[in-house]
Amino acid sequence: MKFIDEYQNSELARKLAQRIATHSTRPISLMEFCGGHTHAIMRYGIRQLVPQTIEMRSGPGCPVCVTATADLDKAIALAHLPGIIITTFGDIVRVPGSYSSLQQAKAQGADIRIVYSTMDAVEIARENTENSVIFIGIGFETTAPTIAASLIKAQQEDIQNFYVLSLLKLTPPVMKALLDLGEVKLDGIIGPGHVSVIIGSHPYNFISADYGVACVISGFEPLDILLCLDKLVEQIQTGQPQVEIAYPRGVKPEGNTKALELMNEVFAIDAANWRGIGIVSQSGLKINDKYHQFDAEQAFSHLLPPDMPVREPKGCRCGDILRGVALPGDCKLFGTVCTPERPVGPCMVSSEGACAAYYQYQSV
Amino acid sequence: MCLAIPVRVVSIEGDEAETEIAGVRRRVSIMLTPQVNVGNYVLLHTGYAIGIVDEAEAKETLKLLEEIASLSEVH
Amino acid sequence: MKDAMTDTILLAHGSGGKLSHELVQSKFLPFLANPILDKLDDSAIFEASGRLAFTTDSYVVNPIFFPGGDIGKLAICGTVNDLAMSGAKPLYLSLSAIIEEGFPLSELEQIIKSIKAAAEEAEVNIVAGDTKVVNQKQADKLFINTSGIGIVPDGVDISGANAKAGDKVILSGTIGDHGIAIMSQREGLRFSVPVESDCAPLNKLVAQMLEASSRIHCLRDPTRGGLATTLSEFARQSNVGIVIQEDKIPIKEGVRAACELLGFDPIHVANEGKLVAIVEPSDADNVLAQMRQNHYGRDASIIGEVTNDYPGKVIMKTRLGPSRIVDMLSGELLPRIC
Repeated sequence: MKFIDEYQNSELARKLAQRIATHSTRPISLMEFCGGHTHAIMRYGIRQLVPQTIEMRSGPGCPVCVTATADLDKAIALAHLPGIIITTFGDIVRVPGSYSSLQQAKAQGADIRIVYSTMDAVEIARENTENSVIFIGIGFETTAPTIAASLIKAQQEDIQNFYVLSLLKLTPPVMKALLDLGEVKLDGIIGPGHVSVIIGSHPYNFISADYGVACVISGFEPLDILLCLDKLVEQIQTGQPQVEIAYPRGVKPEGNTKALELMNEVFAIDAANWRGIGIVSQSGLKINDKYHQFDAEQAFSHLLPPDMPVREPKGCRCGDILRGVALPGDCKLFGTVCTPERPVGPCMVSSEGACAAYYQYQSV
Repeated sequence: MCLAIPVRVVSIEGDEAETEIAGVRRRVSIMLTPQVNVGNYVLLHTGYAIGIVDEAEAKETLKLLEEIASLSEVH
Repeated sequence: MKDAMTDTILLAHGSGGKLSHELVQSKFLPFLANPILDKLDDSAIFEASGRLAFTTDSYVVNPIFFPGGDIGKLAICGTVNDLAMSGAKPLYLSLSAIIEEGFPLSELEQIIKSIKAAAEEAEVNIVAGDTKVVNQKQADKLFINTSGIGIVPDGVDISGANAKAGDKVILSGTIGDHGIAIMSQREGLRFSVPVESDCAPLNKLVAQMLEASSRIHCLRDPTRGGLATTLSEFARQSNVGIVIQEDKIPIKEGVRAACELLGFDPIHVANEGKLVAIVEPSDADNVLAQMRQNHYGRDASIIGEVTNDYPGKVIMKTRLGPSRIVDMLSGELLPRIC
């Protein structure tokens, strides 16, 4: 497969790993902010390839994991409203909310359909005009433009029964929030590859400028990640932190201007509720006035029963893991009470969650 | 949610394109990359092309990787 | 003049009366006829002696027609293979169908033809059958159950608990074909793959393997849950470790690409025409050579070996070098694929 296989060359990987080992002479702490990176790092055994001086922690990069329980409860409540079809990406259906899950709601008769694209959700709306179709909009800046595109399409076609519950979140603000929290002393950040395809590299400038932390944007193949680590080590060892693109075949400094234009057309920036962190101002996207007729929040909130108290899963350290303060193995429930079959928290459910990645790709 | 994977544009119809990777064909939206041409590779994420793969940069990266690799021989 | 109603299954087809008999006579018997079935008695009577193997499986695959096969072919191959994996020579099958009212007769005929073809290839007879019809929406088009009886030759002792340190692990061919072929037909996915289901009867392949070696310790077909689940089962049942090499696992490029697209790990994707064998090391090369002579084993390869280290676990040495633990499939990858 072109643009994939060449970046999996094991000989080059070995040599790159050797070089990193030679240059990395003191302990450094890195964090990735992308669930896809968490997954790739585990899948390819990157930790085993790089020296012990490099400590890697996962950040809040898994969109399903950072969705607050209260928001998930809302999605489940919407599923039970009469005439509603819920469309969603797969991972979220198994995450336990305070009292139920989308999967349980489905077993109880709610119409919940897993889709691979917002295009499919809009198609379901076209085919089921007697129902209201709500898309659960979970994701970061990689997914936000796709949701924007689907709403623009829906408006062009005057589709009256399609709605989005926007739970979209933004990456640079949460990076800033974590750096401000200062719980983990970070030397470098592995920048999210596909978020950056959309937003470019400029939004990360504050990381090196204001916090002195290195930031290198990485692709997802093993050689991409190793190249990123090599550049991070170099920056950190020479004491010259900056924002660098190690994935230039995908990321331009200015990002994808068309995608950003569509996002601006449809969304407005708002505060967002992040699991494990709480409310972070200006870190989420809500549907703006121009597209308000597609906002599930506006259309249906008044029909929901009064909020039941939010219950977080007992003993679950998902929040700590998302802030990089704990590793999955530090959670007492990991692998014993909390497994992919019987997940307690979202980090074990989502394919991009740290716990799921650690569980699936346990190193020997 | 899946990562974005590079697929080749085979044909374009309006704001959609037929793409291909190793014989697997997928219809995608190019609303986010309207400037794409047949023969380009795009990054596919949840049914949308989110960016066009810069093939020149791809080559450069591979060259860089090979250079770095040959340097570490010296060590 | 043909009535539209007679083109589809009616509730009356399942009631046991005239229409039921007509259905059996006109749709099933012409294709599946054999001396035992033709008697149409309440039970099939036959003689069989030796160690008998007996198995059953139900098939609810969605969609019922897919590239490379259909639910009928699957229903025969799946049960034939379960018998074959015990080392048994498959003899007789039963066939039960639960059909949704309104199901097109033409599709039923197509499926029965597939059943006939698969049964002929496997050289088994269907000697007992049943048909029920349920109201619309009470079954999704068609569900099939097949049960099978076979005879295990003397001296054959195959079990998931028999693996021993040093044994070689042989995989009969490319993984993930069936699961990906099914996924490509799911609505809303809009992708087509240059891949067909590998659905196939493996009893003759197994017979050849048993002739090549009397020391085949384990045999299983990696259906739901894929290769990883089957190997994990062996590791746990035999309380041994199994170490495999990622780069020795045969996989079609199209399957690899589809898995990347969908975010699946090919080692968890279902197969319906493949087997994993755990074989005494000195016999492994011979068994492999025999397998490669058979169409269904043409891509067979030795992918690893059994060890006393890491009991109960499966370790995969990845392409890049580091090893990782491989586990059974967790949760659902592909709903209703067999």
